[in-house]
Parts: sequence; structure tokens; C-alpha cells
Amino acid sequence: MTYREALREAMREALQRDPRVFLMGEDVGRYGGSYAVSLGLLEAFGPERIRDTPLSELGFVGAGIGAALGGMRPIVEIMTVNFSLLALDPLMNTAAALRHMSGGQFSVPLVVRMATGAGRQLAAQHSHSLEGWYAHIPGLKILAPATVEDARGMLWPALLDPDPDPVLIFEHAQLYNLEGDTGEWGAVDIRCAKVRRAGKDLSLITYGGMLGKTLEAAEQLAGEGIDCEVIDLRVLRPLDDKTLMASVCKTRRALVVDEGWRSGSLSAEIITRIIEQAFFELDAPPARVCSAEVPIPYPRHLEEAALPQVSSIVAAAHALCQGLSGGAP
Amino acid sequence: MIEFKLPSLGADMDEGKLLEWKVQPGDVVKPGQVIAVVDTAKAAIDVECWHDGTVLQLLIDIGAKVPVGTAIAWLLEPGESAQSVQRPASPAPLLIEEQPSTERRLRISPAARKRAAELGISTGELKGHGPQGVITLEDIETAARVAPTPDPEQAMRRTIAAAMSRSKREIPHYYLSNTIALDNAMAWLQVHNAQSTLQERLLPSVLLLKAVALALRNYPQLNGFWRDNAFTPAPDTDLGVAITLRQGGLVAPVLHRVADTPLIHLMGELASLVERARSGSLRSSELGGAGITVTQLGDQGVDSVLGVIYPPQVALVGFGRISERPWVKDGQLCVMPTVISSLSADHRVSDGHYGARFLSEVRRLLQSPEAL
Repeated sequence: MTYREALREAMREALQRDPRVFLMGEDVGRYGGSYAVSLGLLEAFGPERIRDTPLSELGFVGAGIGAALGGMRPIVEIMTVNFSLLALDPLMNTAAALRHMSGGQFSVPLVVRMATGAGRQLAAQHSHSLEGWYAHIPGLKILAPATVEDARGMLWPALLDPDPDPVLIFEHAQLYNLEGDTGEWGAVDIRCAKVRRAGKDLSLITYGGMLGKTLEAAEQLAGEGIDCEVIDLRVLRPLDDKTLMASVCKTRRALVVDEGWRSGSLSAEIITRIIEQAFFELDAPPARVCSAEVPIPYPRHLEEAALPQVSSIVAAAHALCQGLSGGAP
Repeated sequence: MIEFKLPSLGADMDEGKLLEWKVQPGDVVKPGQVIAVVDTAKAAIDVECWHDGTVLQLLIDIGAKVPVGTAIAWLLEPGESAQSVQRPASPAPLLIEEQPSTERRLRISPAARKRAAELGISTGELKGHGPQGVITLEDIETAARVAPTPDPEQAMRRTIAAAMSRSKREIPHYYLSNTIALDNAMAWLQVHNAQSTLQERLLPSVLLLKAVALALRNYPQLNGFWRDNAFTPAPDTDLGVAITLRQGGLVAPVLHRVADTPLIHLMGELASLVERARSGSLRSSELGGAGITVTQLGDQGVDSVLGVIYPPQVALVGFGRISERPWVKDGQLCVMPTVISSLSADHRVSDGHYGARFLSEVRRLLQSPEAL
């Protein structure tokens, strides 16, 4: 099963299990979704529950918030995170704030799915990784499935979270064709980070589209005697400090791999927490591999140069592990 | 022409750093006028001029540091002109070079620093192998494997050094001594020991300790602790006994409630304490809390010992060798077993007169050994 199919199956299951669930967004119905995630759902569930919307993120995200307040469990698809900026006002000023502003009387059990990330030559208006911005906002829960299993398993608990904050699910556009196992078909935990590879020398902390490259770098480093632990954050807000610190306290070195820009970013937040909570356990200054601070370029070679690559992760790991026996050159 | 020199702006000022010129060449200056601001390491201070005149030339640049007395400006006296004066040949003042700090901050990771502290490893001389030469955890672990375990004798030496340095730095010692006739004491001991089993036999040391303890009851200012600028009397007559260790160094474990302990018990406790001190198996309750220390160096043949007080205690009693010395008794010259007792005491707590009465009390008590 692919990541795309896993997301579709998750939606199909939610639509079947709960009559309050419906999907809306641009081209989700007849076209089957701009990334073909909802292909076939219109035919299966009809236009009442699979709703094509006008090209107005502000409008249909607002409508989703209203539906959620009205007792529905809407899934809103935004084509890409860059376009979600048009809906930033309802997301931040309404969805994230309403429970607080109503003194707990109103919750917004809304799920918003959107594509994020670069790597498909879609240039500077369709390629950014802005999930870190959303992770800044209290009142939102931010998920980043990086595996087929998480793509399959995160939606249901997100819809039925007993703590009904709005949930934003960021699907990296490079992952849709990823093949993988869906695990036991159950709901997955949407509170914790997950150790994707255990290791003792260096904690590689990443999420979403960077997980694959990071695991590949870890394999390469293992061949050189550097035993990396790879942490998949999965939940960008609230961050799972416990898993992070447990890993860093073991390896004493941390490298954050984030496709977002570095200034004022999620990677900055993670490293700050490591410094705050595990300073005296560290054997080297924490480091980051992030995207170049430019709008993501169109030409393939420039796009590749702007993004974290296996080679840049390996190089950063070498610098951190200098002096480690059996480790770096 | 007037050479305006950097004045001393305080008794401890050797040099100053020019922060600002308040005048420029050509300016007319009057007495009391501020012409410069100088940093004296304590504060930025306005430097006043005490002459009437005109500024001819400023001799040092802002930021320059010069010794007190250096000419920093030339002033023309009223009536002089730039053309009419003979300028000194070399206007270059002696600049004080800013010493680059020789202290380099140790580059060591937080984890390595913590581990080094746990292992008692000195990091100053270690070479780091981490990024940018930082000392890493692995460098510490490597050093720990290579480094010999810390030498306990050295550690003890350091402890003694620290305590004794502090004592001599902080405690104003005064010293008194007193030769004590021990004819009664030695005669009593001889009789006692002849009548006793091996376990009950006493050494003269025990009599001396007991006498000191009993005397302290009446002289509490010698038994206690100086802490936070105040004296606290010790709750009991717990005596520290200086014991020399065979491998070098010494410890001063405690004999508790000596004034209330019968001589025979005291002998047993002392013997046990010495044995365990030398085998390194003292109990923690025996390691601290003494309000005074007694040291006896008679074994080594010295006549007397003037000791260094063990802080925070405020006195130390010393005894030299018990020896037969010429003595005058009842107007007759005779041979007498004697010991020279001494007192080192903290003048912040007690005075010489008090200490002298204490030593006399010790002497008095030793004349009636049966009462000890």
C-alpha cells in the first residue's frame, strides 16, 4: 500500500464509521484530489460528504470550523501549505483560539490535511515547509505522518481526540508514492515521537519528508561506525520532550534534520529544549541541517542544493562525532 | 609651556585610560575646567586643569592607557605662542600595552565536565579530540583509564594544607607553655599498672587527656567553634586526638565526653582509635565534632609542640616528651619527671590570661591523678 492509499483508506474508514465525518476542499471530489488522495471517494460517498469547494481557502476552512462547531467532524483538505496562508486567519484567530475565548464552551474538532514540502520542482509558491509556523500556535495539534502506517493510523484518533483541538496533518508531497506496511491497521498514538532506529552515538531528530533521507544517512554512518538513533517527531505540537531527552541523554549528541528554514524555526525550538533540559548531558553542541534560506528554486539542481540531502546530514554528523572512537575521520 | 600630566585620582591609582578629551588644541582653559575623562578601573573620572592657558597639543589618543604622571597634553601659558615655545623632543608617552588575557577558557563539553568531576579527573591538561578541539566525554573516559586512581596520601596532604593554611590565614594564634611536674602522676600510674591486668594498664597520655578535658569544663572559651564571626561553645568535652599515620599525614579523630569517661575506658577507646585510624577504619562519628585538639609528640623526643589550631576549633593543646628534668622542689634541686604543656589559642575568642589560667588548671589536676 502507498502512503496515498493509506490516507485514502483512513478517510474511507472515518466516513464509514462516523456519519458526522465529511471531506471538503479544492478538487477533492470529481478530480479525486490534487494528489489523488480522495480518488473514488465521491463515487463511494456522494457529493454531500465529498464536497468540492470554490478556490477560497479562507472560505472553506472557515466553513469547516463552522461545521465542527455545529457538531460535524469535517476533514478539510488544503492543496498545499503555501495556500494555507490564505486560511491562516480562521485557523489561528478562530480555530485555535475559540476554546480559550469561549471559556471552554466551544471546541473545534476540525481536521485539516495539507501537502507540504519540496522536491517536485513546484517552485517558490508550492514547495515550502511551513508546518513549523503552525507548531508555534497554542490551541493547535500538528501531526506529520512520515510512514504509511502513520498515514493510515493518524486520522481516526485526530478526528476523535478526546481533547478536541483542531488538528493539522501535514503530508509531505514526496511521500505520496511511498510504499510501506500499514502495520496492524489500528489507530496510532498521536502523542509521542517514535524511535525509528535505535543507536548510541548520535540522535538524528527529524519528521515527515526528511525521515527517509535521515534513515539513509544513518545507514551510511553505521557503515563508518557511527551508530545513529533516528527519532521521528510525528507530533510537532505538542513536542514529545520525553522521547527527545531520553535519546539525547543516551547519545549525548543531537542533530536536527528539518526541511524548514532554520531562523526562528521548529529546529530552533527543538535545540532550545535540548539545551534547556539536557545541557549537562551533551558532549557536543547540537546542530541542524535545514533548507537554505531562500524561496525554494525551480531548477532541479538548485532545488536539490537548497534542501537537506543525505550527504549534508552525513557531513553534519561527522562534524558532531569528531573524536568519537570508531567514528568520524 | 605647561606639561599637563595625568594626576593620581586615588591612592591606589597607578594608571588611567583616556576615555574622552573635553578640549581641543587651541581651546583656552581655566583652573577647574574639565579637560579629559579618565577611567581609573574604579570609575570614569573628570580630570580638571589647574592652570590658565591654551591647549597646544593633545599627546595621547582616546583609549590609550598610561601611567600616572605621564604628560598627556601641552598647554601654552598666557603670553606664550606655539612658535615661541620649545617643544620637548619626544612627545610619545609610555603606553601601557593591554595584556592579552593568558587565561583561555577550557573547551570541554558539559557532559565531559560533569563526568570529570564525578571521576575526580583534572581537565586542565587534557587534550580534546572533539569538534574544534573540545574535550569530550570519551576524552575523559580515556583519561580515567590512564590516570592512576587519585593518591589518598596526596589527597590527605591537600586537606591538611587547606585546613592549616586557613588556620594561619584567619586565626590570630597566641601561644603559652607551662612545664608540669608529673612525679605524683607517674608514681600513681606505676602503682596502678602494677596492680592491674594488662587490659587495665594506663599510659600517661590518658592522664593528660583527662586533665585537659576536666580543665575545659571551667574554661569553655577554649572548647568550641568559631563560625560566622562568632564563637559557639562545644556541647561536651569531645577531644580531637592527633594521630600520626605510618604512611604519612595525620588524622584527628574524636574521643567523646572525655571528662565523663573513666580512665580505664578512656585507655581502651584511645587504643582502639589509634589502631583504627592507622588501619583506615574510623567511623564517621569519630571524624568530626571535636571542640579542641590535643597533640602529643613526646614519642619523637621533642620537648614541646606549639601547634596550629584546626579550624573551626579555637584552641589546641600540645604535650612534649615526658622526661626527667632538673627541678626545684621545696627549695631542693631534684630530678623530676616533667612534661611541657602548651596552648595555641584563638585570640578572637580568648586572651592570654585566660589561657594561662587554663594551663595552670591542667597542671593542678595532674597533681592529683587519683582524682582524674
